[in-house]
Amino acid sequence: MSEQYPALLVVVPLLSALVICVAGWVNKRLCFPIAVAALGVAAYSCIGLLLRVLDEGVIVYKLGGWDPPMGIAYYVDHLNGLVLSVVSVVALLNLIASKKSIDQEFPDKIGPFYTLYVLMVTGLLGIVVTGDAFNLYVLLEIAALTGYGLLAMGEDRAPLAALNYLYMGTIGACFYLLGVGYLYIVTGSLNMVDIAKILPSLYQSKAVLGAFIILMVGVWLKMAFFPLHAWLPNAYTYAPSAASSLIAPLVTKVMIYVMIRFILTVFTPEFAFNILAVSDSIVWLAVIAIVMGAILALAERNLKKMLTYIVIAEVGYMVGGAWLGNRAGMTGAILHIVNDALMTLCVFLVAGNIVYKLKGYAFDDLKGLYRKMPFTMTAFTVGVLSMIGVPPTCGFFSKWYLILGAIRAEHWFFMGALLFSSLVNAVLFFRIIEIAFFEPFTDHHAHGHDHQPEPIDEAPLSMVVPLWIVAAALVIVGIYTSDIVTKIIQFAIPEGIL
Amino acid sequence: METITSIKPLLAVLASLLVVPILVTSTRVPNVREAWTFVAATVKFLIVLSMVPTVLKGTEIVYTVAEVIPGLAIKFRVDTFGMLFALVSSSLWIVTSAYSIGYMRGLKEHSQTRYFCYFAICLSATVGVAFSANLLTLYLFYEMLSLATYPLVVHHQDPEARKSGRKYLLYILGTSIAFVLPAMLISYNLAGTLEFAKQGFLAGTASKPLIVVLLILLVFGFAKVAIMPFHSWLPAAMVAPTPVSALLHAVAVVKVGAFSILRMITGVFGTNLLLDLHLGTLVCYAAAFTVIVASLIALTQDELKRRLAFSTIGQLSYIILGIALLSPKGMIGGMTHIAMHAFGKITLFFCAGAIAVATGKKYISQMVGIGKRMPVTMIAFFIGSLSVIGLPPCGGFISKWYLVLGTLEADQMLMLFVLLGSSLLNAAYFLPIVYKAFFCTPEESMFENKVQEAPPWCVVPLVLTALLSIVLFFYPQPFLELARMAVEGLLGG
Repeated sequence: MSEQYPALLVVVPLLSALVICVAGWVNKRLCFPIAVAALGVAAYSCIGLLLRVLDEGVIVYKLGGWDPPMGIAYYVDHLNGLVLSVVSVVALLNLIASKKSIDQEFPDKIGPFYTLYVLMVTGLLGIVVTGDAFNLYVLLEIAALTGYGLLAMGEDRAPLAALNYLYMGTIGACFYLLGVGYLYIVTGSLNMVDIAKILPSLYQSKAVLGAFIILMVGVWLKMAFFPLHAWLPNAYTYAPSAASSLIAPLVTKVMIYVMIRFILTVFTPEFAFNILAVSDSIVWLAVIAIVMGAILALAERNLKKMLTYIVIAEVGYMVGGAWLGNRAGMTGAILHIVNDALMTLCVFLVAGNIVYKLKGYAFDDLKGLYRKMPFTMTAFTVGVLSMIGVPPTCGFFSKWYLILGAIRAEHWFFMGALLFSSLVNAVLFFRIIEIAFFEPFTDHHAHGHDHQPEPIDEAPLSMVVPLWIVAAALVIVGIYTSDIVTKIIQFAIPEGIL
Repeated sequence: METITSIKPLLAVLASLLVVPILVTSTRVPNVREAWTFVAATVKFLIVLSMVPTVLKGTEIVYTVAEVIPGLAIKFRVDTFGMLFALVSSSLWIVTSAYSIGYMRGLKEHSQTRYFCYFAICLSATVGVAFSANLLTLYLFYEMLSLATYPLVVHHQDPEARKSGRKYLLYILGTSIAFVLPAMLISYNLAGTLEFAKQGFLAGTASKPLIVVLLILLVFGFAKVAIMPFHSWLPAAMVAPTPVSALLHAVAVVKVGAFSILRMITGVFGTNLLLDLHLGTLVCYAAAFTVIVASLIALTQDELKRRLAFSTIGQLSYIILGIALLSPKGMIGGMTHIAMHAFGKITLFFCAGAIAVATGKKYISQMVGIGKRMPVTMIAFFIGSLSVIGLPPCGGFISKWYLVLGTLEADQMLMLFVLLGSSLLNAAYFLPIVYKAFFCTPEESMFENKVQEAPPWCVVPLVLTALLSIVLFFYPQPFLELARMAVEGLLGG
């Protein structure tokens, strides 16, 4: 059974999506349990795979028994074992947490929504597990197309925002495909490991350079790396809660994974860091992304939109960390994939709960929330601390590695940008905490014990419990940083990187 | 140095943290809730106390909680200096809890459960800082304290509280993220460790300019010590209820700042390194500037709590000054001053709060003749003032004596004059309050000639701390001995 995990984690959700679609016509109430079961199996397989990788090392799974480079092979190593687990767990938790909000937001589209949701997760898991560059493109499109659908189901402005995303996303995917095309022309292979074997003799080739540049730009477009970010804020803001809390934590992180995979496995660090000598410039781009993301977030008076700009700044963290070209920076980038997925999930789930109860997410809607929704706001506070980077939440530890990487690379501006972003995050979030805690101002004196607090009007348990699990995970993952780094991430980074 | 492993430091930290859920669940029965606070405070104090004999024997107690980053653990190490600070804060928490009951109920404050919960969390963080074995652990608890104090500072939830809370976070969180965090990582990158060592871990790893940069980052980064120009959060934080000002902004929070800087100077840089590079004087001048300027500003303040706040700013820099002299007597003075100033200043704050509860008066100009209405409170105020000025028969004299000896030992005449001048200024801003409280003509007096004190929950604690201030003059041994051993361990051992 466990040999089939790599296939199961893609095939089960893929087929379940079709079943959900049919089930939606029969009885809407069947959709949710099927989706949970499908993603449950996927999460189980992913974690099982990660544990197997920890035991046995890299796992190669040949789809249909065809040998690579002709057939498609799934490679699971420490890097994507970790990312797979995060993606599947985040998708599952979000699915459970979002049931009520899906029921509330579009009662007549439940079947299609769950179908798209599960298909999208299939795409994301496939992107991470596959070892074939073209297969990755196919899955990228599955994830993207379903993503457009999910995002477009939101408010009035959502279809336009999703259309904008569709244009940009398609351009990004085309760039990626072109890059893979160039690689195929010069190497004659689509298998990542195979390409990596053939490439060293071609490092001086202009075609390889062209492939690399065009591929990176494509991936950056998809991950909304500043200044290619313009599609993201509106698309995520106006999306339905359940979709934005799935897509915001995962899509950008999966694309970061793709970038790191291409640096480490396909082009090899030797080529990316030493032969190209562009690392420094890319880290500078990351500095700009972080600073601009932070500044743009400051300008927002709307919770969800502010969060989307923070997502953009966080993309800068990971791109910069990966391109510092040292072990600490790369560790930070990979660790931040995990941590940022959880953190973003946490704050977007909070936004979902708030939308569910208040039907709004402008700052003015948040008044008195600490009294009205104490449980949601407690989880929000934990998420905030992690975003700012306060120990022992996990956000601190990935920042630790990123800053350490910046110091070792002597890239002081990247360190400065990280600190700046932490400070801005503190301002951003304490501004919200202030509104939720202080306003509306009332005279509390002379009431004493007779003072009747406003009634608690909390989101339903099925939304709060998953949220609390995520909030607890932020602390637990933080405390187990040492294990994650020494047992998983250390093996994900080639020994050549010091 | 002998070490033993024991879970006690962790228990001391957890004692006040674990009581929080109990406090939350007993919201509806305030008497039970307050009883639990006392239980936690007593248990915490007893755990700390039970480690004293071991520490006095020269043994250190270590406990590793978890290795969070490869090679870097959340780890406790109880040494003499940490013990000194833990003793002061955990013992005063008991007294403050009693006072809190009187104050909060006297003024019918809202959200008392929240208040007692965050107070307990603050104490956990304080003792955590005291027992930290490395910079990472210290940073963790330092940040925990910053954040747990915020709800207490903004307790009143009015626009003024919001403004002060903002200032508080800006200064405290801003400096710790912008200064301490990078300095910590740069030090880690240089030395490969963050474990506090007797003569620091940075010696021989970095060039002088880099050491200077790190020293500046680490001294000004711990803005809880309110060294200028990062001081103005402290007067702003006086909007908090008075027990918060008393325990946190005269003892726990601000002295966590002083304690952290002392740890940096001794444990990160090491006195020898700073002596070799002549960097102690740099810190001395920053502290001396703060001592004098803060005292001058205190003279002009009419709001009693603000005057006390500026006095605290000055007194905190005494501690920094003492350590930065890098002479044994100066260091003993600085460390002892943590305890001596704590007992004196907490008395003064308790008195300010008692006056507010009994009469509602906050401004010094409205307190003419108050000695006839609240004689016990004002006598305690007088004793507290004497201690802070540094006059016998109060504990403050002992620490100031050592500080003065330290300046002579280090041959820093300028600093001697700073200390003496500041004492005069202290007298100038405290004694007129006491004088006018008692010696005024009946026409001048703003109060009826009838004794009416604050509730006993308020008065008993302040009498107790005032008496302790006097006792510490005659029996300074526990703190003086711990400080002496700490300095011997650092310099002699």
